Amino acid sequence: MNPDATAGALPADGAEPAVEIHDLTVTYRTKPVLWDLDASLPAGHLVAIVGPNGAGKSTLLKAALGLVPRNTGWVKIFGRPYEKQRRLVGYVPQRESVDWDFPTSALDVVTMGLYGGLGWLRRPGRRERATAAACLEKVGMADFAGRQISQLSGGQQQRVFLARALAQDARLYFMDEPFAGVDATTERAILELLQTLRAEGRTVVAVHHDLQTVAGYFDHVVLLNMRLVAAGPVATTFTDENLQRTYGGRLTVLSQAAEALTRQKPFARDRAS
Amino acid sequence: MSLALRNVLLGASLLGMLGGVLGSFALLRRQSLLSDSVAHASLPGVVLAFVLTGSKDPLALLLGALAAGVAGALFILLVTRQSRIREDSAFGIVLSVFFGVGIVLLTWVQRSPGGNQTGLDRFLFGQAATLMASDLRLMALFGVPALLLVFLLFKEFKLLSFDRGFAASLGRPVRALEMLLTALLVLVVVLGLQTVGIILMVATLVAPAAAARQWTDDLALMVPLAGLIGGVSGAVGALASHVLPQMPTGPAIVLVATAAFVLSLLAAPRRGLVGELLRRRGVSLRIRRENLLKDLYSEGEAAGGGRVAVPLARLLARRDMPRRCLRRALRSLTGAGLVERTPLGLRLSPAGEVAAAGVVRKHRLWETYLSRFLELDGDHVHRDAEDMEHVLGDDEVAALEERLGHPTVDPHGEPIPPRGAP
Repeated sequence: MNPDATAGALPADGAEPAVEIHDLTVTYRTKPVLWDLDASLPAGHLVAIVGPNGAGKSTLLKAALGLVPRNTGWVKIFGRPYEKQRRLVGYVPQRESVDWDFPTSALDVVTMGLYGGLGWLRRPGRRERATAAACLEKVGMADFAGRQISQLSGGQQQRVFLARALAQDARLYFMDEPFAGVDATTERAILELLQTLRAEGRTVVAVHHDLQTVAGYFDHVVLLNMRLVAAGPVATTFTDENLQRTYGGRLTVLSQAAEALTRQKPFARDRAS
Repeated sequence: MSLALRNVLLGASLLGMLGGVLGSFALLRRQSLLSDSVAHASLPGVVLAFVLTGSKDPLALLLGALAAGVAGALFILLVTRQSRIREDSAFGIVLSVFFGVGIVLLTWVQRSPGGNQTGLDRFLFGQAATLMASDLRLMALFGVPALLLVFLLFKEFKLLSFDRGFAASLGRPVRALEMLLTALLVLVVVLGLQTVGIILMVATLVAPAAAARQWTDDLALMVPLAGLIGGVSGAVGALASHVLPQMPTGPAIVLVATAAFVLSLLAAPRRGLVGELLRRRGVSLRIRRENLLKDLYSEGEAAGGGRVAVPLARLLARRDMPRRCLRRALRSLTGAGLVERTPLGLRLSPAGEVAAAGVVRKHRLWETYLSRFLELDGDHVHRDAEDMEHVLGDDEVAALEERLGHPTVDPHGEPIPPRGAP
């Protein structure tokens, strides 16, 4: 991250939300994953997205990033559509989403965070590599820059992904389970990093699976189970009652309806054939 | 060199290069089977193009191949998107159905009057000897721009192949890039049909790329290396087919490329099997050496301390170890001056005693750690320590000792030798 050419260090408590979601519905094939979601995520905060498996947590990130098609609704990033705000947004995909035996080094992966600014034909040069090395340093991975990525532990791989996001120098970060399956050292490193990002006025929206640490790590929370259950400051929103509504009674009318919709497609196909 | 031979060599090496370069991306994106299906799917296109135009014009035949290949690829896409049939089944269906139809058409054409003069069967196994200047021009016309495109868009293709979601989040048109990469792959397959043949085309894509992957962990080296291996395989294979009568070019090229792959699989420094075997042998030798040192040390302890001579038979009785391995480990120890041969048996040298005390130290510290922190009983900890004594490094031992508060006896009451002491 280059401190003087940054878009990120703006005052934290602007009136404008970092992410605004309106009437968002996403389906995979025919199975609805998110239904009529409205949410507004404040800038300059660490926001956890929490919910049971299949609640649509990752899908929410991907829909915001335009990685999965939206059936209805819109998502705005700092007041404008994502397509116009890409350079303000960084993304940390799930670690398992890539092949770690790919022939590339840790430094090289971090350099990919700078591709957005490089355009199509320019190649990363000495300056880009220096920036990437500085980002690796920030996650405590400076010694591993030249290491082939399959030779890193899971936690180290996660830190490489975070360093790549740092290289993006974004105002808003979407992170998909950054704490999943990492060692204690990495967990501490990520936590420190999140706090630094917040202190710099940046916003982090992270899918998080560990209910024990939500209150310790984040200050805002979005409780999700296909629809929005609750969203707001951890202190007032992360309550037993809301958790019960998020996790308890999996077979709500909504999920039954979703199951019914999923079943319908094969029947229709049988009739046709 | 005759003009014909020059054509063959140039064509085959350009093709091998293209195969290596695009095959690298196909390999990493797990598209090897796709290219095989496309190659097989192109046969009916070749035959139909011949029937429709009545000519053997290479451009017409290749366009036919291209059309059928693309149809096959689209069919795979459609089937996997719209039905519950998995991708591998779709590959199998397209490959066999299209190829089957192609063979039926080919048989029919060849049985018709004058049909056996068509030479269409060269598309099955490839016949580089039939490459003419016009074929070569066609290859260069499409092949060189394809290579240039990969060079220019290398960074984008790398990003796409490694992390598609991240590429999309940066606003890269991943669909279009994927289609471009697949189109280039199909192009190479079609260009190679005449030289290598439908049946073995996939090997010119996979073998050089897989060979190159063995030698490097950097895509920017792997791709040109695969191109080089492919190009050389192409040239050597074409030459072999030129020199040996009746030898079709495709199999010759594939054999050379496969030889390069097998060699890489065995000999590559880090990923190679030979290196792996040597490393493993090195580790087992080290473990046997450390075990012997420890055994000699405990014999000394049992005798009231100091270095004692132990007969070979007694050492053999202590451990279930083949005599051959024991001798090898002992030779290594005496060679290093850690063990001395005496008339009464084997004895630790002063340096050997220090080394042995180090191993025993690790073993007993680990036993202490297990029983104290994991609260395991004394009789549970020995086997585990047998492994850990060979694994722990000096830093870990120091940290362990710190954590345990520098203990002097292990859970069995045996003394833990202090650092560096015999």
